[in-house]
Amino acid sequence: MSVNLTLVLVAAALLGCGVYLVLERSLSRVLVGFVMAGNGVSLSFMAAGGPAGRAPIVTKDGPTGGLTDPLPQAMVLTAIVITLATTAFVLAMAYRSWQLNGHDDVQDDIEDDTIRRLALRDVTSEAYDATTSDYPGDDSSGDVNQGPDDDPLASTEEEVRSS
Amino acid sequence: MNSLVPLPVLLPVLGAGASLALLHHPRLQRWLSLVVLGSVVAISAMLLVQADAHGPQTVWIGAWPETLGIVLVADRLAALMLLVSSIVTLAVLAYSVGQGMTEDEEGAPISVYHPTFLVLVAGVSNAFLAGDLFNLFVSFEMLLFASYVLLTLGGTGARVRAGTIYVLVNLLSSTLFLISLAVTYAATGTLTLAHLAQRFAELPDHVSLMLQLLLLTTFAIKAAVFPLSLWLPDSYPTAPAPVTAVFAGLLTKVGVYAILRTQTLLFPDSPLTGLLLWAALLTMLIGILGAIAQSDIKRMLSFTLVSHIGYLILGIGLDSREGTAGTIFYVVHHITIQTALFLVLGLVERRAGSTALMRIGGLARIAPLLAVLFFVPAMNLAGIPPFSGFIGKVGLFRAAESDGGWLAWTLVGAGAATSLLTLYAVAKTWAVAFWRTPLEAHEALEAIGDAESVPGHDTRVVHPHRGHVHTAQGTVSRSDIEEARRLGDDSEPERDFHTLIQDGDDLRHSPLGMVAPAAALVAVSVLLTVVAGPLYALGDRAAYDLHERTTYLTAVLTEETP
Repeated sequence: MSVNLTLVLVAAALLGCGVYLVLERSLSRVLVGFVMAGNGVSLSFMAAGGPAGRAPIVTKDGPTGGLTDPLPQAMVLTAIVITLATTAFVLAMAYRSWQLNGHDDVQDDIEDDTIRRLALRDVTSEAYDATTSDYPGDDSSGDVNQGPDDDPLASTEEEVRSS
Repeated sequence: MNSLVPLPVLLPVLGAGASLALLHHPRLQRWLSLVVLGSVVAISAMLLVQADAHGPQTVWIGAWPETLGIVLVADRLAALMLLVSSIVTLAVLAYSVGQGMTEDEEGAPISVYHPTFLVLVAGVSNAFLAGDLFNLFVSFEMLLFASYVLLTLGGTGARVRAGTIYVLVNLLSSTLFLISLAVTYAATGTLTLAHLAQRFAELPDHVSLMLQLLLLTTFAIKAAVFPLSLWLPDSYPTAPAPVTAVFAGLLTKVGVYAILRTQTLLFPDSPLTGLLLWAALLTMLIGILGAIAQSDIKRMLSFTLVSHIGYLILGIGLDSREGTAGTIFYVVHHITIQTALFLVLGLVERRAGSTALMRIGGLARIAPLLAVLFFVPAMNLAGIPPFSGFIGKVGLFRAAESDGGWLAWTLVGAGAATSLLTLYAVAKTWAVAFWRTPLEAHEALEAIGDAESVPGHDTRVVHPHRGHVHTAQGTVSRSDIEEARRLGDDSEPERDFHTLIQDGDDLRHSPLGMVAPAAALVAVSVLLTVVAGPLYALGDRAAYDLHERTTYLTAVLTEETP
């Protein structure tokens, strides 16, 4: 099977850009990344369909040879429709996220969050003596020992224990 | 040719449309959904009987000539999965009708719940029946889309956050799926499973290995197999109880089904069984260690869900008739049990106001029925004899034993350890949430200095500056803390169970409409133990079909010209 090199190269470029954007933090950029990657995949379907030919429309008396493979086109159409719906949904979600948080960043994993908060708590546990710290650059200890009224960090310590 | 085959997909889709048209008649809408799902149960049962007696039932949709058509196949495995999934979805729907999803959720566009749920059911049925890869992709998209909507129902902060992760992970897996479809089509010129089964054998080894890896990765994301499972415990627990229940019961199992189908049908001499066994090992152990560390029952159960996917992958990885039979039995058991547990947990949350272990206690005395409903499936999950969980695990262990390799024996050990650790996790939950008194829970909570649980100490009044932390250009850690606080808001109310009781606010007795479906599902899970013999034999016959392949292939290929 001969492969259209242009299609493959464009598909690869789109997928590459898509992957780069997916690694971004903002949901709308991630979405653009997925749309680009989706288009790249659609093009690779075209490449998978073999060489280009006449439009795959069979009339009663017309010739049936030399048609393009219609199946990949049908699949790509389906995929495009699905991408459209996904785009609409994710845009709505990004907007909602912006309404709620003032940004649409994809947020941290809850476990990561918990672990970080546990680490914070460890730093400030009673056994920890800030004055004998081996880490002079570690100013988080001084930060958290200020007392509950000044620092929101201290109040969350209690929740960490409860959760 | 059997005209029953498309009905489990068609009925829910048509029902979804009708239900959308009935937006302003909620009562009619509910009855419609219940009737539709009830008839899907009946149809699936008939299909199972037919498939078992007369071999796979197939339909080529649209009467297209070969390779163009879409084929639906209901063989023993597909029909069995259909029956179990439709029973479970019917129970969940009845539960949510009883809960009155329509009234309880504030500000949610709740009228979409029924249509979306039906689309989800249609997607799941279609995935089980799909006879070609592209149709499988479409059914995944159907059920995923419905699940996106259900997961973010109401659009609260926690749900949007969980939904973001869930949607992105699934978009990634959908993109991967599309790539593997394009590559498969380029290599073979077809996507019909029966044709692929023949043409993959002719492909060079490295090409088919790459295709296999691509498909496995795609399905492993959906099935939450270990390195690709980390999205699950984060996203499931935030949804409403019935939604979590149906997700936990069905969505991952659809992925497992896809792995089972493609591994047995397309790659009978798979070089990747070792890889699957390692994945099973890690999924089991890491999942259950996560479950032990959790202090919220919902999250704990989500982790056990991931962990027990490992058992299913173990059976597939053994690549033998015994292993597959074990997996089929275990999948039936696990769908029922996991859904039942999440439904009961919804009742617990309603009764005690929370599912955080710190905040509840004494449910065994206060709500004995609830305690029984939790205890039975929990013990079943942990694999205590005589329940079906025990039978399923024994079946898998015996399959591993007859495999005999050192890795298989390691997995037997890991499986037993996972079972014990599951028992530890659910026993801890039982002891804390059900056995101790609410007062003990309250005192324990106070002892560790949680001022929030004291009545009258609304934290938002005590620390008025918190509102500023969020809006001010604070440091990263500050906004993170604020974020974590908002996350907690959904699951942790200010008052614990003891305080609720003292204030006389615990009178939210569970309505019969919620208890009855949950109890029915628990009864079904117990029934699985009673009918374990015939069911296991059925699974064994299905496994024989899967490994022999010719039954499936002849059924599909001879039906080709209708």
